[in-house]
Amino acid sequence: MSEPTSPQPTEAAEPADARASWLAAYQTSKLRDVPFETMSGVPLEPVHGDPPYPGQYPFTRGLHAAGYRSRLWTMRMFAGFGTAQDTNARFKELLRAGGTGLSTAFDMPTLMGRDSDSPWSLGEVGRAGVAVDTLADMEDLFAGIDLSGVSTSMTINGPAATLLAMYVVVGENSGVARADLAGTIQNDILKEYQAQKEYIYPPRPSMRIITDMVRFTTAEMPKWHPISISGYHIREAGSTAAQELAFTLANGFAYVEAAIAAGQDVDGFGRRLSFFFNSHVDFFEEIGKFRAARRIWARWMKERYGATDERAMMCRFHTQTAGVSLTAQQPEINIARVALQALAAALGGTQSLHTDSFDEALALPSEKAARIALRTQQIVAHETGVTNVVDPLGGAPYIEWMTDEMERRAEAVFDHLDRLGNGSILEGVYAGIDNGYFVGEIADSAYRFEREVNSGRRIVVGVNDFTDGAEDSGTTLLRIDQSTEDLQRKRLADVKRSRDSVAVDAALARVTDDATDPSINLMPAIIDAVRAYATEEEIADAMRVVFGTHVEKAIV
Amino acid sequence: MSDRHIRVVLAKLGLDGHDRGIKVVARILRDAGMEVIYLGLRQTTDSIVAAAEQEDADVIGLSMHNAGHLTLGPAMLAALREAELDVPVVIGGIVPDADIDELLASGVAAVLGPGAPADEVVTTVRRVVQGE
Repeated sequence: MSEPTSPQPTEAAEPADARASWLAAYQTSKLRDVPFETMSGVPLEPVHGDPPYPGQYPFTRGLHAAGYRSRLWTMRMFAGFGTAQDTNARFKELLRAGGTGLSTAFDMPTLMGRDSDSPWSLGEVGRAGVAVDTLADMEDLFAGIDLSGVSTSMTINGPAATLLAMYVVVGENSGVARADLAGTIQNDILKEYQAQKEYIYPPRPSMRIITDMVRFTTAEMPKWHPISISGYHIREAGSTAAQELAFTLANGFAYVEAAIAAGQDVDGFGRRLSFFFNSHVDFFEEIGKFRAARRIWARWMKERYGATDERAMMCRFHTQTAGVSLTAQQPEINIARVALQALAAALGGTQSLHTDSFDEALALPSEKAARIALRTQQIVAHETGVTNVVDPLGGAPYIEWMTDEMERRAEAVFDHLDRLGNGSILEGVYAGIDNGYFVGEIADSAYRFEREVNSGRRIVVGVNDFTDGAEDSGTTLLRIDQSTEDLQRKRLADVKRSRDSVAVDAALARVTDDATDPSINLMPAIIDAVRAYATEEEIADAMRVVFGTHVEKAIV
Repeated sequence: MSDRHIRVVLAKLGLDGHDRGIKVVARILRDAGMEVIYLGLRQTTDSIVAAAEQEDADVIGLSMHNAGHLTLGPAMLAALREAELDVPVVIGGIVPDADIDELLASGVAAVLGPGAPADEVVTTVRRVVQGE
């Protein structure tokens, strides 16, 4: 059962050849040293079903011939709260507990390019993530962690260039060259205008900064992924699965078109792009979405953008379970939701996974809740056996139909954006941001869902049915109080007092100068400003004077 | 008082960009016949006071998802007192149960938590406006 709704025919190899080349790839894969058999001792084939097999274009069935037999997904738990020292302690706890990558949540002022002492930051410092104002905070955040031995993900977009620069300097100061730093920075500004709303500058100058970062990391940071094209926030904001798929991949096409327009080689940067999807509660729809994402991305990269290197056609993705699906009512039952969502992500072939903590509808995760969440995905990985067979559902009529249906719905959106942009997805996405297309579609879907829940047509367990047992569970929540804000402001004042203000001013002036000249890459000037302990907001302001700011029209 | 006359100013105060909930609430109140003025993201206490004055608001609704409610709720009330504007404030969003009493004691008229059904949203706004 291969690609029935392909818009362009796939030059699938003859089945026998496909099997032989899959087997050759499988046999050269380094496998984990575990028994690939059922609990009862029944030996298992690595793959079932029809070609194209896992590791074969268009990668519907997975990116690698041996799937999780060779390497499990990275268990990457998103964490960040309070001061840098608070989050540093949580990072070390997660690594001790068997986490295999770091993922940083920043607080809202940091995400918006505001310092902790800005009037805008009142009440939000350290509350929903860690507060980072200067290089000093970033040094504390990663203190005692060998940056050559972990991969780090940073969820930041508007001021992403400044945070990447800080990470580079922290690495250098601890003896790790930028070329050896591994990780991902989210840096997906397009979905900010559509869903998450953490933007600073208007779309076009933002795109210039991103293009500079792609160029910089391609040249100097071979282990770094400069963009994680994210559907997660689109879904959390209320979209359907198909809209999440379509808007995310359309944004991906937009970045590709921008990089090509800037003269970059599609194979060179295409290998470095990665994605980030949501795993929600509708089990089979999610699995179909993940499989469709790989197939669509591969086809478009090859057929529309001319990639020839298969690595540039591979949709690598991180997944997070759906925070929005978690209920404040009977919060412990969220553990079951997260387990099912994690299972869908595994069956969909994710490369890395964050499992949400059961208390997240109420507060940031407590340490215990975060550990249970990590244990949940460890159970999926090590106990359920779903990692023994690659794409275990592939070939099932319902799964293949769902994969095709997700693809068909996404292609309809691409057609719309392509028309809107007169043959350019990038221009179509800009237009869709400008005319409220994305926010309107997402708000409509969110409202439709709420109406279904309110009418009782859709049951959310513990919320509109099965509400017995909602007595106080005694869950201990993580509390961040006002003292964090006071402490962080004092730290910032100390840094400002002790730095060389002449050097800071000169470095900021250069950021502004370089911003006015699109032929200059902004990264070196930003790195120098960071090194001089310029604050995040100062650096943002140095560019704001050139680029302006984005203000969203309030549309209901 | 009939719903036709209830004028609701909704806003996101501060940097928090989570706007799924407030947009749904805007439509719920509009569907219930109220007049909804949604100010959008990144509002300040001053901009909300100005809008409430200008729009002759019967009630102000704030949505908070970043745990800033214990700081920003009282800040909003202080700004209204400063402007001598007697408009009730309802806060919705991610507010832990343990914080509700403190918010009510500080003068917030009502708190709507995650998963509050549409009819509870509507009746709460009506109740608050009628000063019950």
